[in-house]
Amino acid sequence: MSRDGKKILRGINLEVGDREIHSIIGANGAGKSTLAYTLMGLQGYEHEEGSIIFNGEDVAVLSITERAKKGITLAWQEPARFEGLKVRDYLAIGARGNGGITEEEIKEALRKVDLKPEKYLSREVGEALSGGERKRIELASIITMKPKLAILDEPDSGIDVVSLKEIVSLIRTLKENGSSVLVITHREEIAAASDKASLMCEGVILRSGDPLEISEFFKNRCIPCDNRVSPPKVV
Amino acid sequence: MAQITLNALSRETEDITAAYTAAGGDAAVLHNHGLASLVVSGNKVLSANGTEGIVLEKKETEYGVDIKMTIKKGYKIPLPVHLCFGLVPKDGIQEIKMDFVAEEDSAVELIAHCTFPNAEKVIHKMDAEMVIGKNASLKYTETHFHGPYGGIQVLPKAHIKIEEGGSYYTNFSLISGRVGYLEFDYSVDAEKDSICEMVTKVYGKADDKIKILERISLNGENARSVIKSRLAITDNAESMFRGITEGHAPRARGHVDCMEVIQGNAKAEAVPIVRVDNPLAKVTHEAAIGCVDKKEVETLMARGLEEDDAIDIIVKGMLA
Repeated sequence: MSRDGKKILRGINLEVGDREIHSIIGANGAGKSTLAYTLMGLQGYEHEEGSIIFNGEDVAVLSITERAKKGITLAWQEPARFEGLKVRDYLAIGARGNGGITEEEIKEALRKVDLKPEKYLSREVGEALSGGERKRIELASIITMKPKLAILDEPDSGIDVVSLKEIVSLIRTLKENGSSVLVITHREEIAAASDKASLMCEGVILRSGDPLEISEFFKNRCIPCDNRVSPPKVV
Repeated sequence: MAQITLNALSRETEDITAAYTAAGGDAAVLHNHGLASLVVSGNKVLSANGTEGIVLEKKETEYGVDIKMTIKKGYKIPLPVHLCFGLVPKDGIQEIKMDFVAEEDSAVELIAHCTFPNAEKVIHKMDAEMVIGKNASLKYTETHFHGPYGGIQVLPKAHIKIEEGGSYYTNFSLISGRVGYLEFDYSVDAEKDSICEMVTKVYGKADDKIKILERISLNGENARSVIKSRLAITDNAESMFRGITEGHAPRARGHVDCMEVIQGNAKAEAVPIVRVDNPLAKVTHEAAIGCVDKKEVETLMARGLEEDDAIDIIVKGMLA
């Protein structure tokens, strides 16, 4: 994937297992969000070579909708604002592909992200909600969709430390409900809750493996990254 | 002869009631004598129910009806007053002239449905003069239901005076069926401590033409206002928005907010105008015209919706 003639992602080789929580760690500008958008097939992030194999099928040529119908979805770091769209209706949209959803299931999804249903169900997604509230609603919409692969772009940003535990719990719930989770994060707590982690730098996945080891490596070895001109030397 | 007239009126009542229901109205309220309501088809008053605290006078004219409605001093009308205007035939003219007064300390909500289901060559004109008295309140919602032909001219014009401490909220919505030609022209004079909120929501299709002119003069100290316009136009439709707010008094606060979504070959123009001649007044504005927000579309697509369905939901949300 390239932009303005410059390669943004290079030689990505990433495998996410069934019901696996896989963290992507890396400095700002490493290409983590670009990887997430490319996997979802967003406009302007079309992949150029190679393949994206999902459940044995190359989905790289499919549209966003087609990928979503196969069970891939994305939660944005900065969720969209939808003027006039009620939270209730937004959460129901993702469930359409699963035969719909009951009001109680929507309420339960809100409770899982620590939002009181009676307070939020009839509010607008685009209303003057805080960043944290909008992020929780975004995550609730992932719960109601029940995807096979949930790509979460920094679900921890704008979330306080106390709420972070709930985000971690939510990610585990997604896994228990049958989803694989690819989560882009800067937080050690989320990395620690992962089954596997990969370290990205300059559009390259440097290494994948044990999340704590990868996290430690990122903290201790990646800082002197030579202004991110070249990957760090692996000792 | 009298019997024939009665039957004709009865049929007309049925037709306009059916159109009212199709427009989203609850026809039962028009027949509930506990609620105030007025049903006008063309130039015929088909029914009129009053209630305590409301003085309603109506006079049929050549092409419409002259209405004078007064909410008496101190009366807070507990339930909305329902108004149903319309024309069922495919051609005709309806001119509504309205003098409305909410006397001091009164409060009322008017819900108007304007139904023109078969309009091919119809003119619907409203000319209103409204006075919201001291500490009085009027909430006025006007929802239009038009058919698919677009052969209608909608020409609502109103001048509203809000006296000290009064409040006026209006929501004009024309999102069902074809707009045809709309020329919306409202002006407001807001006195001390008054509040005014004007919302317009219009969805233009095919070769619809939409002109919206809203003007608020914040004449009194601490008067506050918002003009909020939400327009969606597609195909070859055209829209022109002018939202003017003038701050003439200390601590007057106003805001003009226009958002337009265009698709296809539609053309939109939005001009928010702010004028201030008092250094302690403040009036702000924002206007945006563009396609549907890409992130919103992609978010809904990532939940499994087709692109067209995603756009439809976003546009309907904006106009909701």
